[in-house]
Amino acid sequence: MSTQAKEGKSGKNPPSRKPVSEIDAVTIRFAGDSGDGVQLTGSQFTSTTASAGNDLSTLPDYPAEIRAPAGTLAGVSGFQIQFSSKEVLTPGDRPQVLVAFNPAALKVNLKALEPGGIIIANTDTFKPANLQKAAYEKNPLEDGSLSGYRVIPIEMNTLTDRALAELQLPPKQVERCKNFFALGLMYWMYERSLTPTEHWIRAKFKKDPKLVEANLRALQAGHAFAETTEIFEHHYRVRKAPIRPGRYRNITGNEAAALGLVAAAKRAGRELFYGSYPITPASEILQVLSGLKAQRVKVFQAEDEIAAVCSTIGASFAGALAATGTSGPGLALKSEALGLAVIAELPLVVVNVQRGGPSTGLPTKTEQSDLLQIAFGRNGESPLIILAAATPADCFDMTMEACRLAVKYMTPVCLLSDGYLANGSEPWRIPKLEELPAFETASIPESASFAPYRRDPKTLSRPWVAPGTAGYEHRIGGLEKQDVTGFVSYDPDNHQHMTQQRAEKIARAASDIPPTKIVGKDSGKLLVVGWGSTYGMITSAVQELQAAGESVSSVHLRHIHPLPPDLGGILKRFERVLIPELNLGQLQMILRSQYMLPVEGLHKVKGQPFSVNEIRERIIEILRSKKG
Amino acid sequence: MSQPTPEKKVLTRQDYASGQSVRWCPGCGDFAILAQVQKTLAALNVPREKTVFVSGIGCSSRFPYYMNTYGFHSIHGRAPAIATGVKLANPDLNVWVVTGDGDGLAIGGNHLNHTLRRNLNLKILLFNNRIYGLTKGQYSPTSEKGKVTKSSPHGTIETPVNALRFALAAEATFVARAVDTDLESFSATLERAARHNGVSFIEIYQNCVVFNDGAFYAVEDRATREDALLRLEQGKPLIFGKNKDRGIRRKDGKAEVVSFEPGKPPADLLVHDERALADYQYMLTQLEPPDFPTPVGVFRSVEAQTYEALMEDQFQAAQKPGADDLEKLLAGADTWTID
Repeated sequence: MSTQAKEGKSGKNPPSRKPVSEIDAVTIRFAGDSGDGVQLTGSQFTSTTASAGNDLSTLPDYPAEIRAPAGTLAGVSGFQIQFSSKEVLTPGDRPQVLVAFNPAALKVNLKALEPGGIIIANTDTFKPANLQKAAYEKNPLEDGSLSGYRVIPIEMNTLTDRALAELQLPPKQVERCKNFFALGLMYWMYERSLTPTEHWIRAKFKKDPKLVEANLRALQAGHAFAETTEIFEHHYRVRKAPIRPGRYRNITGNEAAALGLVAAAKRAGRELFYGSYPITPASEILQVLSGLKAQRVKVFQAEDEIAAVCSTIGASFAGALAATGTSGPGLALKSEALGLAVIAELPLVVVNVQRGGPSTGLPTKTEQSDLLQIAFGRNGESPLIILAAATPADCFDMTMEACRLAVKYMTPVCLLSDGYLANGSEPWRIPKLEELPAFETASIPESASFAPYRRDPKTLSRPWVAPGTAGYEHRIGGLEKQDVTGFVSYDPDNHQHMTQQRAEKIARAASDIPPTKIVGKDSGKLLVVGWGSTYGMITSAVQELQAAGESVSSVHLRHIHPLPPDLGGILKRFERVLIPELNLGQLQMILRSQYMLPVEGLHKVKGQPFSVNEIRERIIEILRSKKG
Repeated sequence: MSQPTPEKKVLTRQDYASGQSVRWCPGCGDFAILAQVQKTLAALNVPREKTVFVSGIGCSSRFPYYMNTYGFHSIHGRAPAIATGVKLANPDLNVWVVTGDGDGLAIGGNHLNHTLRRNLNLKILLFNNRIYGLTKGQYSPTSEKGKVTKSSPHGTIETPVNALRFALAAEATFVARAVDTDLESFSATLERAARHNGVSFIEIYQNCVVFNDGAFYAVEDRATREDALLRLEQGKPLIFGKNKDRGIRRKDGKAEVVSFEPGKPPADLLVHDERALADYQYMLTQLEPPDFPTPVGVFRSVEAQTYEALMEDQFQAAQKPGADDLEKLLAGADTWTID
């Protein structure tokens, strides 16, 4: 196996004279003011690392405010990446390296840093004003409080300033280049090539040659500084990971969801309609799709969340593959319309990117607390299909799956993503078109025997006939409909029948769910059941403990309603069942009522993902305790 | 709806009747509106399969069930949003929205506002009976101030919304008013609305016989109608009255009624202009009984590109050979290969 650098990603740096130590994996966190270009630095480091052949996973951490006052704790933005010569399932529990662009960034992130970890601090910002903003009484770089870490103090502003002196740029522009200085430094530390970022800089600033030159010089100066200064004794080598052959890109969950919708529409042979209202952390889906004019993606930015979902219902009625995206508060506003889509039996997909709640809650932070809302948050008996994506790249597959099931069963489908998946990224093997799933819809009868609610005997879905089709004119709506004819009906027996038919139709979608994969043995002391973005942490914890000989397995649910038909049997083969969730026990409640089993929970609602360690510790606790 | 495609078969009003039994109260103004709409579509020979009626909730919103076209009886206030989705998914369809004063101006006011300003080619009929009928008699956003209803036993204390001013403020490109029983002008207005390439908004005064009977008595009754109505005609002076002996002029910035000998109108009467500045149309919406006649007909009609045409323009501009290549799109800008 080898990586072949493509699309201009080749290139060798000058050979280094310093020794190299080999490591399996490393986790780095970049942190600074939200104006410091932290996210950009992180994403550049990520794409360079991906093209170097490591497996990786990333997690950005934004403040809710766009620009909190500079230098304050509220304004700290972070970007974490774990990369490895082995499979990477999470962005890493605790970074081993923290790049702190200012005192506030150090203060906010220090408690996450591994004991003995490296702090690369921009000393130019550790001045009284900034220290005060970060609530430091003394300079932590000088007062001995960081003695448990390896501190590498670097005058990033001064050094960048010096490197750019000839260009005579305004100080503000020089200051903006310092993140590239830091990036160059980190590239030296991990033997990364400068070339991909050099290409990126040339393309990004092509209209301003002076800025190209400035950023290139900052990048190269950082690299050269690390090579020459005595602060850096050696650099680290992380070998290439064994990765399935193919063509790869880095992708976030939101990008993957957007592309999944486009691919699904292509497979379904329909135009894609996306009606949405901007909401954190789902807006990128709207933004990505609104750029796809060549694909004729019909994007409608509605006046509110209700209009957004209603426009998709209209578009679905008119024959488009229709989707909307939102987050918790928006989902709440869409509830009534989702009920309409349930009774009208129209296909549509809701990508709900969960965030901390209730109400406005923690808009930029992750949580898994909309499961019960989407399962039960509508009036009447109102079942729909619920799916959950496990990783950023899985958002592509699960969005396609959501679309496939929506049109097959003529129903709304909600795909649950979350802030962690939406903004996190991982390498994604780009699928070939022929690898994508096929779509099927109920057949359309001759117009003489057409009736809007005459169901397919197998799937129970009703025929999808769009306006414009002569001979099939019909009316649908939110009032209960007579079976078959679709006329308004208040008949008691008909309402019971139709209610049960709608429930049965959704239940039948269980036959589309592939067999549940068990990580580890298919019976034993403990089964850990997860859903959504906890996949990486649960799997990492379980695999580590399996390697240590513990009797623990895990399954990860991507279909939540209906549940996989084989799940009940699997649960019963384990003595105990644990469900770690970023809520107070929502899947736990569903599985308890579904299977009447005393499944246990591990609950976290801090706006942050689980760490592998938190899950591992709870598993050990259960394995060491007596049942009951 | 701008270019109704003629079918070979000549359609009649009956072709547009769905056959479902119509369930409005006997004497409801909705019957007259249904008949007029069916007649107008037949006259324009609009293909049934290309026609979609979308409604919200309320008495008026039962409308789609009675039309032998495609139809969607949706949820309260949301018909404009659903119709927007229908129209954007298939701009070839003739999409009509049927709403009421509660559905369109209370719960759905936001959607109506934005739908009007976007100028999609949608035809919006707002049945205004100034009362909540389906919930049996509470005041609506268009109920007159002080009106005693089941939910305002001491009279309302709200200033009512004027549907046409609402539409004009949203810069709707076609704004009109009609009266359910005033068949000839209603029919002409409907036809104009149907032919307008852009959003068309018609407020229809509609009598609720059960909960607000006689709300529009003066303009509905044959005996009083011609004295109570001001029929707007493009390029014609504002003249009204059974004997065509009164007109409207502006004096000191205010509208006033001026009487004259029939056939000899004074030169300073206002002349109706559908394309005039908005202040003229705004003035027209302020003409209300008892001091003024009620204007009916087309208040405003201007041309502007539709939302769907602009969307299509953007699609066309983006078309280049290979631009829609899905694999290329999935790959994005930065890729690497593992082999």
